[in-house]
Amino acid sequence: MATVDYKALKNGGFMRQKQKGCFSLRLKVVGGNLTAAQLATIASVAEKFGAGRVHLTSRQGVEIPFIKLEDIDAVKSELLDGGVFTGVCGPRVRTVTACQGSDICPSGCIATYPLAVEISERYFGRELPHKFKFGVTGCQNNCLKAEENDLGIKGGYLIKQEKSLCTLCGVCVKACRRGAIKISDGSLELTEASCNYCGRCVKSCPSEAWQGEPGYIVSFGGTFGNQIAKGKELAPITADKAALFRLADAAVDFFAGHANPGERFRAAIDRVGWDDFADTVAKAYENG
Amino acid sequence: MDNTASGFDIDLAVDITDVVCPVTFVRTKVALEDLEDGQVASIRMNDGEPVQNVPRSVKDEGHKILKLIDNGDGTYSLIVRKAG
Repeated sequence: MATVDYKALKNGGFMRQKQKGCFSLRLKVVGGNLTAAQLATIASVAEKFGAGRVHLTSRQGVEIPFIKLEDIDAVKSELLDGGVFTGVCGPRVRTVTACQGSDICPSGCIATYPLAVEISERYFGRELPHKFKFGVTGCQNNCLKAEENDLGIKGGYLIKQEKSLCTLCGVCVKACRRGAIKISDGSLELTEASCNYCGRCVKSCPSEAWQGEPGYIVSFGGTFGNQIAKGKELAPITADKAALFRLADAAVDFFAGHANPGERFRAAIDRVGWDDFADTVAKAYENG
Repeated sequence: MDNTASGFDIDLAVDITDVVCPVTFVRTKVALEDLEDGQVASIRMNDGEPVQNVPRSVKDEGHKILKLIDNGDGTYSLIVRKAG
């Protein structure tokens, strides 16, 4: 019998189980989206080759447990025929997660799913010193928990006032959870330093006196496993998707260039220094 | 409902201070369905979550918000003109 290359299997999403010869097969899911046809394929494979069930992972993934070693090729082939791809484990860019975002959710400020697809196409599976996780959340409600990712993206609105359209109805004063908006002397006043770009003024304004441009708030170095640390925002919100990808490139390159094998992004920044990393981020943000 | 204090001609007054999300919005939506286009409702709601969210939901339904009045007693009255 040929020796089993467990590392190669793990790279391809096959997670060794306690049960001898069985693997839990991790599938590729982007932004928590699967089509009904993909689900049907997964169901069929789980019935035919697994134990007739799947596990939903903590990061929007799907795993099919109890896949037998000897069925691996047949399983892969049936999945591929149904448009389902295997995921990855190990030291590389993992599943890109996302909430439903502005395409579906009334609270969403950015279209999270198309962005997750774009990020996945650019980075998914890239070899790095350790795992690297991207997560995209549509607004300050943060259902997708951006800051627990190595690189988190949170949607916001860069807001501006069109005073001529304001009817002083007072809705935004209450909609703002930061107390940033006041009406005084028959005029609306914004305390910009208090604005967190949540966009609730824009979404609630009945007269389009508040207008918002979708923007990205990026956090770096989050981790929620053995160590727990919140990702840090090191750059201002940006409406420029090119700037967003410059930031992401800079983070991934910094990780690739500075981390020791087996060292998470957070630990690498902690060791090299946040000032150094912040300089890298600032340069990436500015160099358009 | 006190029509004169609001400065608007109110066709229907609704009080949703005795319910919580999501019934706040459901009752508001049902009340507005009883109105003709162009008629005006006054919806009395509590401070906090209702006043933060009900106005936006009413806007998303396509109605026109005219005013949010602070009643000074921990409640607000949302003045809405029915549309559609």
